[in-house]
Amino acid sequence: MTQNNETILQVQNVSKRFGGLLAVAEVTFDLPKGQILGLIGPNGAGKTTLFNVINGVYAPTEGKVIFRGTDVSGWQPYDVVKLGLARTHQIVRPLQELTVLENVMAGACYGHENRSLHDAEEIAHEVLNFVNLDSRANQLAKSLNVGQKKRLEMARSLAARPHLLLLDEVLAGLNPTEIAEMVEVVLKIREQGITILIIEHVMHALMNVSDRVIVLDYGRLIAEGTPDEIANDEKVIEAYLGDPKLAEKLMSGE
Amino acid sequence: MDQFIASLADGLLLGFVYGLAAMGLTLIFGVMDVINLAHGPIIALGMFAVFFLGPPGLGLHPYVALLVVAVLGLIFGAIIYFISVHRILDGPHLSSLLSTFSVNMMIIGVGTAIFTTTPKNMDFSIGGLAFWALNIPFTRLVGAFIAVLVAAALYVFLYRTQQGKAIRAVANNRAASELMGIPSTMTLALSFGIGTMLAAVSGAIIATFFSFSILSGGVYELKSFVIVVLGGLGNPTGALLGGLILGALEGIVPVFLPVSWVPVIEFVLFVLILMYRPNGLFGGGRS
Amino acid sequence: MSFKSIKYPAFWISVGLVALAGILPLITGSNTTRETMFLVLTAIALASSLNMLLGYAGYVSFGHIVFLGFGGYVGFYLIVDHNWSLWLAMLVGGLMAGLLALLLGKAILHLRGAYFALATIGVNEAIKTFVKNFDLFGGPVGLEVNFLVYKDYGGPAQMQWTTYWAIFGLALLAVLVSYAIKFSRFGLGLMAIREDEDAAMVLGVRTPSAKTWAYVLSAIIPGMLGVILFFRNSSVEPEDAFRLHRSIEFIVMVMLGGQGTVLGPLVGAATYDTLRGFLLTSPLFKDLQLAFAGLLLLLIVLFVPTGIVGWLRGRFRQLWRVLE
Repeated sequence: MTQNNETILQVQNVSKRFGGLLAVAEVTFDLPKGQILGLIGPNGAGKTTLFNVINGVYAPTEGKVIFRGTDVSGWQPYDVVKLGLARTHQIVRPLQELTVLENVMAGACYGHENRSLHDAEEIAHEVLNFVNLDSRANQLAKSLNVGQKKRLEMARSLAARPHLLLLDEVLAGLNPTEIAEMVEVVLKIREQGITILIIEHVMHALMNVSDRVIVLDYGRLIAEGTPDEIANDEKVIEAYLGDPKLAEKLMSGE
Repeated sequence: MDQFIASLADGLLLGFVYGLAAMGLTLIFGVMDVINLAHGPIIALGMFAVFFLGPPGLGLHPYVALLVVAVLGLIFGAIIYFISVHRILDGPHLSSLLSTFSVNMMIIGVGTAIFTTTPKNMDFSIGGLAFWALNIPFTRLVGAFIAVLVAAALYVFLYRTQQGKAIRAVANNRAASELMGIPSTMTLALSFGIGTMLAAVSGAIIATFFSFSILSGGVYELKSFVIVVLGGLGNPTGALLGGLILGALEGIVPVFLPVSWVPVIEFVLFVLILMYRPNGLFGGGRS
Repeated sequence: MSFKSIKYPAFWISVGLVALAGILPLITGSNTTRETMFLVLTAIALASSLNMLLGYAGYVSFGHIVFLGFGGYVGFYLIVDHNWSLWLAMLVGGLMAGLLALLLGKAILHLRGAYFALATIGVNEAIKTFVKNFDLFGGPVGLEVNFLVYKDYGGPAQMQWTTYWAIFGLALLAVLVSYAIKFSRFGLGLMAIREDEDAAMVLGVRTPSAKTWAYVLSAIIPGMLGVILFFRNSSVEPEDAFRLHRSIEFIVMVMLGGQGTVLGPLVGAATYDTLRGFLLTSPLFKDLQLAFAGLLLLLIVLFVPTGIVGWLRGRFRQLWRVLE
């Protein structure tokens, strides 16, 4: 592994094609260690596909993904995890018939530290406390409500003790109080030194937490910069014009 | 060479009938993602139905009895659908495999109690066609002809009628079809009925030339599996082609190897196709 | 298995139940009890083995009987034709079944849902029809052991007891292994696969190897059991060794008791086998035995999909940790 303390993730000229559809087109960006990078774009811009390429669900059609100095393009997701990557899903995927605790333990056991069952239980309780879900530890995952399932998804990925965390719309579907809580959690995660790549539609929240933002449109990277720069970028506003409400939100985002 | 031609012709004619049975299985899978494990016993019931309606029983001409078998098959299929499939359609795969298998066990259990497992024979003959190296009983020819006719009728039904289009729509996307106002429950029951009908009719055709027992369906069920996988799960046209391939294999292999090797080759082929071309020989590549 | 898990009452309940069933013939001293319990223990061993794949990893193997048939045939052949001892043959039978599962795992475990289930049927039928043509294994007639061999095991009467204890041991082993898997890291990974295989991969579970090992583990005990079974019957033929219906009875047992629990297959196997024994001996139901089992299966699938143990667990939450 080549040493590169500054950059944890390099996406180099990555494209992903499904049949005739180019979902991600020649995307290139670097993610410095310890930062929160926001990823925005209209619906269908290829954000989740890009996540799937980064964590190994799909192999890139072209280009490279370099994670912690290792070229992981085309790796299986479980192998990428072992290097210290974890993610949440846009549509939560709890292991329904297992308890909340077991869900999180699975994250710890199979995360990059390969913990024993005993250690995993400790980590799980700690992480569940962190997302304020420990009181539900022995409930079946399927019995949680949407907000709780989102926090479970978050806890499970944190239990893996990742270096890089990919968060896919963890705020979607939450009420304002829940959003505020979740934003707190995200900021606390960064304090632990975990790098975060986050997809989000709740703009003001995203603009608040992100150090930098990149914008995808039709699979292409059309802008990159600080939240302020992005909010005033002509190309970005144009991309969102098809969705005036979203454009407005973006503009008003502090 | 003469023997080769004769075996091949024999196999191909049978292949149409096998294909018909497999169409029933594949139609049900295509529409509702259910592998009907009661397929074999239904084929066997078709055999018994034509037996008891035909000369040995009520005395109907076997080919007239086929029509009655078709109607009975349709009704019976709809009943099976409502009893064993409807409730668990959205459950895990295991549920529908197990519930249709439970129907299999019930039919075999009751069938064994009533009919025993002693083979029965229609003793039905309408002469044959002899020319060159071939000597083909007319029952085979008529059987293959009926199979093709039914397959063609199914095609017309699926592509030219309102009901048929509804079935294809539900197969494509059940939720969307419901939004379009297609009554999905009735459509699903109808599909299961038609699938069952095809199995029963092919069983009835087979009974006009082979002896059979309540357990005979098992053999043809496994053949249907092989055919369906050859043709691609859920693809009725593929099933007919798959039937011909299997029939041809059954005709050709015994010329070179003892006949007991036929099923070995069939099942090895079956597993290999599942492994490497799960969408069938005519479908796309590996899924 | 960590020592901690032994503290769970479920461990003692399952081991205790099997032990009780096992020593019952000693208490009653009757051969009838022994033969009854022989069938019950056989069912427990097979259902528990299948549960390692079906209940934990969520893969439905319709053709699981192939491991009993294949392992049994290999071991029995070694006894009949090469005068191997039963015990050595049993071990080799188990290993061969495990090896078969390993190869099959590489070949067909990437198939999901119905495709895998169909493939297992195909494999069983392919091997059955092959054995029918395989002269070394006696072709369609099968193999038969010379009765004189039983002398080495204290004569036919004593052999009945010896093999009984062997089956008892295998049933106990199956339950212990089930338990060990359930409370291990490996087991947690399998259950993650069962719930959502794609999510499990993203969590870091090496799904291909986890599934393969579950398959191998679930195959070894049936393989060993086959050797004992054929030896005790003194003969085997392909149709009996690879009977698909028997295979599906295992699934019924697991479902009846509750898939994914240690106790479930145990309860299901005992219940199902007792019912079957009753139906077989009752003149009224003798022929309808299969139909009755079918009806039972349908009712479970439709109304109690989690099985007896699963239902109890859901109904009485305080029993959650007792009924594992």
